[in-house]
Parts: sequence; structure tokens; C-alpha cells
Amino acid sequence: MAAGETSISSHIQHHLTNAKMCSVNGEYVFNKACSESGFWVLHIDTLAWSIGLGILFLWLFRIAAVKAGRDQLAVPGKFQCFVEMLIEFVDTNVKSTFHGKSKLIAPLALTIFVWVFLMNLMDLVPVDVLPALAGWIGATFFGMDSHDVYMKIVPTTDINTTVSLALGVFVLMIGYSIKIKGVVGFIKELTLHPFNTKNVYVQALLVPFNLLLEVLALITKPFSLALRLYGNLYAGEMIFILIGIIGLLQLPLHFIWAVFHILVIVLQAFVFMMLTIVYLSMASADNH
Amino acid sequence: MNLTLTIIGQMIAFAAFVLFCMKLVWPPLMNAIEARQQKIAHGLAATDRAEKDLALAQDKAKDQLKDAKAQAAAIIEQAKKREAKIIEEAADKANAEREHILAQAKAEVEAEGNRLREDLRKQVAALAIAGAEKILQRSIDEAAHSDILEKLVQEL
Repeated sequence: MAAGETSISSHIQHHLTNAKMCSVNGEYVFNKACSESGFWVLHIDTLAWSIGLGILFLWLFRIAAVKAGRDQLAVPGKFQCFVEMLIEFVDTNVKSTFHGKSKLIAPLALTIFVWVFLMNLMDLVPVDVLPALAGWIGATFFGMDSHDVYMKIVPTTDINTTVSLALGVFVLMIGYSIKIKGVVGFIKELTLHPFNTKNVYVQALLVPFNLLLEVLALITKPFSLALRLYGNLYAGEMIFILIGIIGLLQLPLHFIWAVFHILVIVLQAFVFMMLTIVYLSMASADNH
Repeated sequence: MNLTLTIIGQMIAFAAFVLFCMKLVWPPLMNAIEARQQKIAHGLAATDRAEKDLALAQDKAKDQLKDAKAQAAAIIEQAKKREAKIIEEAADKANAEREHILAQAKAEVEAEGNRLREDLRKQVAALAIAGAEKILQRSIDEAAHSDILEKLVQEL
């Protein structure tokens, strides 16, 4: 029984571990050899899947864009219609929320929506298939122990992905704030709100308090973005893994959870996109 | 929860994807969508215009048909009047002709009658003279009584 429990927990652990690559003493090494490297590790499975999916997204959309650019008034095909519907959908959401003029926000929102959706979509691939395949390939062609081959195929269950997306949005938020309000305006926004008086001395007393609140409010935004997506997808993945270890009974359960998860992955992609737009429109709004 | 260098890699990828999308995906598609929207708007406007034009043309056609009918009626009316006039004129002319012919015929008849009467008179006179001659041959000298005979012929 104890052995069984260990094997189950090690199985789960195996599923939740990224394939790592790092440089030790000038040599590139993988996985367990990287345990001492701390921050200086690349999750190669996360990077490969996310960049691969990003390229897939851009390649497909580029095909539609080239077709659309060649003859703007030609009757669009089904795929092009689908792409244009997505574009229109994103554009409507952006226009209803973001009232400035920006060439960046709408493509950014589209990229986030589709890319995050595709990364989430990997969650619907049965959890054991690709890791097992990777283990088999590693064992057969590279002479590795299949337990040493890690393959986490859903990039959004890796906190690095969601944090990097949120950091990207955070950088844009700061950039927009400074671009619209200027450095002084941005600092004023951080120090003169929410407590504001006409009396200069009282105001000086309130500045640190304001700064604390506003900086907290600012930093919470990317945190909530990153952790919401990560938490949802990580939990979903966890449940898939748990369902995956209960034997034959997993089939109906897996189906039910997968159907439910279709909703979650679309919703999370949409929420990430919407919150990005909202945060950026808040950052570029002049009045507090 | 282990933050690693992966974040930097992902951020670079994210930035690259957003840039690619912004430069090479979004503008052509948005332009195409807008161009198509405009085309559809033009098409709809053209349809509206065409409908108005059609209504106008129908009204015009109706008016023209009405005019044509009125004109046709007027022409028929005129033609009828003309016909009546021509018939009347022809009748007048025929009457005049008839009277003329009648008058001529009467004159001819009269002239013929006069001539016949003259002939007859002459013949009667000759007969009378012949008769008288025969009666008077024995008793009367033609030369001696010629003046009387002349007088007689004159009286006939």
C-alpha cells in the first residue's frame, strides 16, 4: 500500500514537472541535473509548446490575412470568415472598453485570446498520451530512463507562462500610463490618490499612504492576471491527472470533466483578454 | 511554483507574436473587413436608390400611359369630326353636281324641244304651203301670191 501510494504520488509529481534545461559549468544539462540552478533554468517543454502554438496561430491567421490582402472584395472562404469573425469579436470588445486610439491594443487582445486559448486547449489532450509518447521516444531513441523524460504539454499550467504574459501586460500598463499622463502625471496618480486635500502639509503626510495603496493596486493587477489563469488551468490539469489514475472508470469522468473544461479554457482566455483591455484602458484614462 | 528563466523566453516570444500580429495579421484583415463593409453599405444604398428609381419610373410610365390614352381619344375624336365633315362636303359636292347636270339636261331638253318645234313648224308650214299650193295651183299664181304666203309662214 505504501509503495502504491508512493508510485501514485510520484506519477502525479512526474506529470507536474517540466522538462528543464540549464547550463552547468558551461555545459547544457537537463532535468534533475538542473535542481541546483535556481532561476537559471529553461522549461523547454513549456517554451516549445507555447512557441509552437503561437506560430501555429500566427501562421493560420497570416494565411487568412494574405488572402484578404490579395483581393479585399473577394468572397471570403469559410476559414477566412472564421478568422474575420474572431477579429470582429475582439475588435468589438476592444472598442467597447478602450476608448483611446491605439494600433496595439486590438492585435494584442487577439494574440492573447487565441494564443492563451490554444495553450489551454492542450489540456483537452488526454493527460497520459503525450508524456508517455515522449517517455517512449526518450527510452527508445536516446537510451534514457522513461521516468527521467518530462513533458508538460499545457504551457498555461506553468506559472512562468502566465507570469510572463502578465508582466508583458504590466509593462504596457506602465508604458501607457506614462505615455498618456507623462511621468509627472503618473507619479501624481500614484501619490495624490485616493486621499487628497488642498492643504499641502496634510497632503505630504498622506503621500506615503497613497503610494502604498496605489502601488499595491497596480501590482495586484498583473498578479491577479497571472494567478487566475495559472490557478484555473493548473487545477483543471490536476483533476485530469487524478481522473487518469483511477483505471477504467476514468472514461465517463474524463469525458464529463473535459466537456466542462471546454467552457473553462475559453472563458479563461476571454477573461485574460478582457482584463488586459480593461487594465490598459484604465492605465490610459486621464482621470483617476 | 518555480519561477525560472523561462519567463524571459516567454516574454520575448509574447512580444514577437504581438508584433507579428500587429504588423502582418491585423491590418490586412481589418482592411478587408472594412472594405467589405463599405461595399455592402454601397450595395444597400444602391438597392434603396434603385427601388426609388423604380417607383418613379412606374409613376412616370403610368402618367405617360394616361397621356397617351387621352391623346389617342383626342385623335379619334378629331378623326370622327373630319370624317363627318368630309362626308358632308362630299354630299354637298354631289348635290351640286347633280343639280348642275340636271340643269344642263333640262336646258338641252328645252333646246332640243325648241329645235324640234321649229322643225315641226317649218314642216307644218311647208305642208300647209304644199297643201295650199295644191289647192291653189290651179287658181292662184304662185308669184302673185307669194307675199301672202310669206306672211303666213311668218305667222306660223
